[in-house]
Amino acid sequence: MKSFLMFKDRDFDLDKILVKREKKYSRENIPDLGLLLPWNHQELIQDLGLDILFNAMAEKDNFIYEDVKVIILNSTKDADSIYYRQNILKDCIKNEVIVRDTYKLILETIEKEKAIYGWGFLKEKPDSVLHQARNKLEMFSEMLFKLRTIVERNENDFDSEGFKRLFKMLKEELSEEYLDELNYQLNELKFKDGILVSTELGFGNKGTNYVLHKPPKDNRKWWERLLSKKLDGYTYEIHPRDEAGARALSELRNQSINLVANALAQSMDHILNFFQVLRTELAFYVGCLNLCNKLKQLKEPICFPNLFSSGKKILSFSELYDINLALSSGKKVVGNDLRADGKDLFIITGANTGGKSTLLRSLGIAQLMMQAGMFVPAEKFSAEIRDSIFTHFKREEDTAMESGKLDEELNRMSEIVDKVNSKSMVLFNESFSATNEREGSEIARQITNALIESGIKVFFVTHQYEFAHNFYERNINNAIFLRAERLKDGTRTFKIKEGEPMQTSYGEDLFNEIFLKKDDVNN
Amino acid sequence: MSFISIIFDKQVGYLQNLPIKQPEHFKDLNLDQIVDEITTGWQKYDLKSFFYFPLKDLDAIEYRHNVFRDLETETFYEHVNLFADQMRKVRKYIELIEKFFYIEQKEIWFLYAAGIYCDAVKNFSGNLSSSSIKSQGFLKIKDYLTNYSLSEDFISLADDIKRIKEDLAKVKYQIIIQEGSFTVQNFEPGIDYSTEIEKVFEKFNQEAVKDYKVEYKSSPTEMNHIEVKILDFVSQLYPDLFSRLKNFLINNANFINEIISSYDREIHFYISYIEHIKKFKQNKLKFCYPQIVNKSKEIYSYEGFDLALAQKLNKNNSRIICNDFYLKDKERIIAVTGPNQGGKTTFARTFGQLHYLASIGCTVPGSKAQLYLADNIFTQFERVEKVENLRGKLEDDLKRIHSVLQNATSQSIIVMNEIFNSTTLQDMKFLSTKLLEKIIDLDIICVWVTFIDELANFNEQTVSMTSMIVPETPALRTFKIIRRPADGLAYAMAIAEKYKLGYNNIMGRINK
Repeated sequence: MKSFLMFKDRDFDLDKILVKREKKYSRENIPDLGLLLPWNHQELIQDLGLDILFNAMAEKDNFIYEDVKVIILNSTKDADSIYYRQNILKDCIKNEVIVRDTYKLILETIEKEKAIYGWGFLKEKPDSVLHQARNKLEMFSEMLFKLRTIVERNENDFDSEGFKRLFKMLKEELSEEYLDELNYQLNELKFKDGILVSTELGFGNKGTNYVLHKPPKDNRKWWERLLSKKLDGYTYEIHPRDEAGARALSELRNQSINLVANALAQSMDHILNFFQVLRTELAFYVGCLNLCNKLKQLKEPICFPNLFSSGKKILSFSELYDINLALSSGKKVVGNDLRADGKDLFIITGANTGGKSTLLRSLGIAQLMMQAGMFVPAEKFSAEIRDSIFTHFKREEDTAMESGKLDEELNRMSEIVDKVNSKSMVLFNESFSATNEREGSEIARQITNALIESGIKVFFVTHQYEFAHNFYERNINNAIFLRAERLKDGTRTFKIKEGEPMQTSYGEDLFNEIFLKKDDVNN
Repeated sequence: MSFISIIFDKQVGYLQNLPIKQPEHFKDLNLDQIVDEITTGWQKYDLKSFFYFPLKDLDAIEYRHNVFRDLETETFYEHVNLFADQMRKVRKYIELIEKFFYIEQKEIWFLYAAGIYCDAVKNFSGNLSSSSIKSQGFLKIKDYLTNYSLSEDFISLADDIKRIKEDLAKVKYQIIIQEGSFTVQNFEPGIDYSTEIEKVFEKFNQEAVKDYKVEYKSSPTEMNHIEVKILDFVSQLYPDLFSRLKNFLINNANFINEIISSYDREIHFYISYIEHIKKFKQNKLKFCYPQIVNKSKEIYSYEGFDLALAQKLNKNNSRIICNDFYLKDKERIIAVTGPNQGGKTTFARTFGQLHYLASIGCTVPGSKAQLYLADNIFTQFERVEKVENLRGKLEDDLKRIHSVLQNATSQSIIVMNEIFNSTTLQDMKFLSTKLLEKIIDLDIICVWVTFIDELANFNEQTVSMTSMIVPETPALRTFKIIRRPADGLAYAMAIAEKYKLGYNNIMGRINK
């Protein structure tokens, strides 16, 4: 039984690790979440400010937090999977209450499982393995029944392929007859009437290959028959004071039920596993529901994006906004519109604090959300799928000397160059400015040229006039130049419009704004 | 029965006369350390007395050399070791049987022991026949084993074992376990419950999950009374088979053939030595079959080394220095002089060790050697003064050397290391010269580590060898001992050179 809510045809293979982190097995090492994330996840999170997004989705639930973090950062490149998730998400938005109830049921199951006394520190005996597995399976059987009930009541409200498949499977596999059979077996496994085991002589004439025989359904008669055949065998009664004998016999019994106990305990794990996979996959959609509700409150638009395959050079949107800015400021923010199909290079220049970085971040986030199968923060959004996304942002000034800083920047760039392919996209934010403009421009020019000629999509926010101007002069038709808007009086609209790079970024405005305001106060 | 031994070509002083105590020179030559190291891990074979027993004639040594040569063939060596392994197992099982409490266990393990023995004999006999062995020793063993393994007794023993084992493997039964009792019954087919359970839950199967099987590692050699009781019941289900098992023990109490048993012990003389020198060969040290002489006293050895020291250095991963020596024509006595800590004592020991190892028919350290088969090797090394010994040290030295000279013959070898130290140089020279004259009279091969240069240049029977130093850094030892006149200057000159005080240095300085 597979839930398949992330991919049409396979498990979301990252769930095992998420579950292990969450379960916090006292004796198992908690796997590092970093193993599940792309190598540059720290840069992506920092540069795009993704933690705000993850936190908004998680609503303080750490499991959901890690779940969405892993899914969003591991963007899928396959359009089918993206549409598959989009449809499931649409179903979730439509049937929010049912989805949340199901999620709650799953959580409850997992909680109950934990509450049934777990394997202790001592080496368990098959007897206790069996006992515990039976208890847990009885609980699972009850929860599976509830799950089936939810499915039966609501299946018609769901349209997506993913949910339809899941519900159909649950109904078929968890039929009444099956659950009855399961309960019957759990009862049999109490072995009220003892056990019958066949065996052979092994090394040293010790019994080996113990095979526990299945009791036939008409239990009573079977037993009476066995007892009546007593004459055929040899019986030994252990003396009540023979403690060693009793121990040895119990050891033999344990050895006999070893395989059955193992089979049962593994089944228990499989079912737990099923619940955990379902939880991991649903958690993502619950996170999406949380986010969706928040954006609705802010009256921000959302849309399911139109996908294009990589290389189609599609990018157009309207009212694309910075979701992090909206979430953290708690109000509706300025959106941008653009039609830039056929472009590989986006050079964004213009006024300081005019919204350049905001646009760059919005683009990165929208791309990641799109490729996670989510809605995106815009009214309309069309874009091509990219294989991987990289950010190269100017880092905060630290104690490093100027030359050290350029070293650091180039080193990061070199790491990126190690990993990019022709279907990647790279976001630059004021890169290579840790040197004088001429040199910085030349570095940026050579790098950018190489990237776009390799088919990589490049977004470059820069103050370097020479660099931007150079590309503008060349008049190449796969480049587009955007500029942060500044009205004649110096006001920023935070809108980005198409426009030729300019030699000033209007730092003077900013200077005036800050100093004049101060002067006002002083006056 | 004809005499068959893999280590003795003929029945001379065999077994009854093998020494229990090590020869007197063992400690001085560090041969005790060597033999200890060789026999470590093989204690059960009681090999030491083999190493304490030098051979008296060339044929006996040749007999062992040829066995060693056969063992150089890798596959054959493996066959020999395989047999040894199997015999070890047989003995291990027999030891176990003695410790067992329940007769049920004794019976089955006895069957196993005898089974391994039969397999071992059959295997080894076959392997001997298909190997191109040349030594008399192995050829005799081969003939013996061929006849033995075709004997009626042996064949019926092997057959018995095979059939009982086959029948035991077919035994099947079932146990009903209830609270406080169990019943053993004849086997009836049933459905394996664990596969049934797996089927019920199959649909939930994901990837591999944790294994909950508890490992039952109960040793096959341990049985509790419940297990014995069950086995007892099983034997009642199969009465014929189990009475065959019982009779097998009764009828075959001593199944190991005596010749095979003593071969198995003796072969470990070779195995222990080969295994021991393997470690050194890996470190590029050489071993050779020495040419043994007992008439001529011309001897030589190239790239020889002290095996005891090599053991130590091997453990520290440092490299041992090899040395050469030879005696020809009338030369009999090597006088070793030179700076302390230069390897003189080691050289003397090496000389003694090589001759001793050659006398027990082993290969010796070195790339090429001709060695003298002495009737005895005497050593005279400095002893720690004993408080309770009323004699003075010099007196002690003299008494000991006197007794050596009384027992030594012209076929003996003497190794001496700095004796007569506890007197004046004048005395030392006098005593040494007297002693030297006696040794020359007896025509004895001798190595003598001494301070007295005069000994080295005594006459045509004495040869001088000195330890070497590096002139630039006299403190550094080369441990090389080479044939060179003893001028007593080498060491002092080197130090002088270092301070530019050599003759030429001084001449040059002055002339400036």
